[in-house]
Amino acid sequence: MSAISIVLVIVVAFFAGMEGILDEWQFHQPLVACTLIGLVTGHPTEGIMLGGSLQMMALGWANVGAAVAPDAALASVASAIIMVLGLQGGTTDATKAINTSIAVAVPLSVAGLFLTMLCRTIAIPMVHFMDKAAEDANFKVVEFWQIAAICLQGVRIAIPAAALCVIPAKAVTSALNAMPAWLSGGMAVGGGMVAAVGYAMVINMMATKEVWPFFAIGFVLAAIKELTLIALGVIGVSLALIYLGLKESAKNSGGGNGGSGDPLGDILNDYE
Amino acid sequence: MADKIQLTKHDRFSVAWRHQFLQGSWNYERMQNGGWCYSIIPAIKRLYPKKEDQVAALKRHLEFYNTHPYVSAPVMGVTLALEEERANGAPIDDTAINGVKVGMMGPLAGVGDPVFWFTARPILGALGASMALSGSIVGPILFFVLWNIIRFAFLWYTQEFGYKVGTEITKDLSGGLLGKITSGASILGMFIIGALVQRWVSISFTPVVSKVTQQPGAYIDWAKIPSGTAGIKQALSQYASLGATGLDKVKVTTLQGNLDQLIPGLAALLLTLLCCKLLKNKVSPIVIILALFAVGIIGRVLGFM
Repeated sequence: MSAISIVLVIVVAFFAGMEGILDEWQFHQPLVACTLIGLVTGHPTEGIMLGGSLQMMALGWANVGAAVAPDAALASVASAIIMVLGLQGGTTDATKAINTSIAVAVPLSVAGLFLTMLCRTIAIPMVHFMDKAAEDANFKVVEFWQIAAICLQGVRIAIPAAALCVIPAKAVTSALNAMPAWLSGGMAVGGGMVAAVGYAMVINMMATKEVWPFFAIGFVLAAIKELTLIALGVIGVSLALIYLGLKESAKNSGGGNGGSGDPLGDILNDYE
Repeated sequence: MADKIQLTKHDRFSVAWRHQFLQGSWNYERMQNGGWCYSIIPAIKRLYPKKEDQVAALKRHLEFYNTHPYVSAPVMGVTLALEEERANGAPIDDTAINGVKVGMMGPLAGVGDPVFWFTARPILGALGASMALSGSIVGPILFFVLWNIIRFAFLWYTQEFGYKVGTEITKDLSGGLLGKITSGASILGMFIIGALVQRWVSISFTPVVSKVTQQPGAYIDWAKIPSGTAGIKQALSQYASLGATGLDKVKVTTLQGNLDQLIPGLAALLLTLLCCKLLKNKVSPIVIILALFAVGIIGRVLGFM
């Protein structure tokens, strides 16, 4: 890998790490991170394809409350670097490099999780420094620690990325090639199934008796290959609007005098 | 009336801009407190010229705070409105301001998670990823651009909304709007997830159920096809009438083929429901993911997947 590529990879990794905590611009999503790594290393197509596959796996990964999701930032950055090294070593073909990278992404996402937890602990003394600065109305220092904390999260991914870059490409390629066909093939099979876990996480967050029928409709309609995802989205939005509208009008006409004059109470009753 | 100190649009915009870094100093002690305080600094500078007021304001906004990073915007809007009133002498004390923050963050987080993390992102992500799988750059660009337009528009307009209506918003929140948004999002989300399970969870069983030698005429007799382009044409026209089973003399039926005739994607559905069940029983997602890879490898070695 050229020096410029390495620097750019580290920059991308830094952004992905920041986003792993900020969750705003979405640089840490595989679709974006892998594409960028692919672009700066001269393998854009493979990067995009890897990003697409990983994104399908990671769709439901989100940090909610106490639920800990695997870390998408390290998974996408590190697996993209490994794929690029494998391609640059020469003898590995693109499909194999992508499939193996998907497989290594999973343990990486666990490692990333521990690094995030570490950073979130280190951030505790940082907010104590903010407390102290607040005593003097020292805006600059409060701002400094906020930015320092964000950078810490960036460094969390940038350091492992830099470390991966210095591994000789030949070594990665021969490791990928040494992998027997049953292992890489089996990992590809496993990768196809792993998406189910992400979807299950989403389902568990949203499922109620009320919405399960919509899941069934979606599942059945998707078998019609002519429907694109956009078409399915339009159907979904329409169904939601129709359902909410009907429910509203049922509530207004049912009960004769329409509600109890206590909107909050009505909502609470609905949830029972 | 004396000159009223007011936040300019520029102040509010720089608060909204900084608000994007809300989670930067997320910590196990007071969670998003640092980022919240960082965000509101431009407003504090404008509203409180005296140092002791600034100290009090900074401390007030370093208290515990945690919600979904996007729906935090209307909370910020209301807080800005309250701080502005307070700076102009209204009797709003620290407890009132913190009360509004804490009172809003809970119910709003309950809306933000299903709407953004479990409906909008999976849908946009799946849309982008399905294009990216074929190597098209449009996929990632579409995801990135659409997401950020929606996100920043939401951050800015809901903050402005919160600022304009002030504490009125807390009444709105209990007016049923939030409940509707949440249930609308879960309907759309569940619908799309159903579709995604069908399309993107791939399990394919390779065992062969039966091999039947077909009648003459039910398959393309390759020996009788003339050579050259005429032959290609004849083969294609026969193929069009016979279908995929016409390619070989022996018709092979796989287990997967049988399953697909029953319900396409049935195995994927069952796997997803199994994962739901396991997750509900507190099995870590990581364990399930690793187990699925193990199953994949075993399946490949034994030759049934």
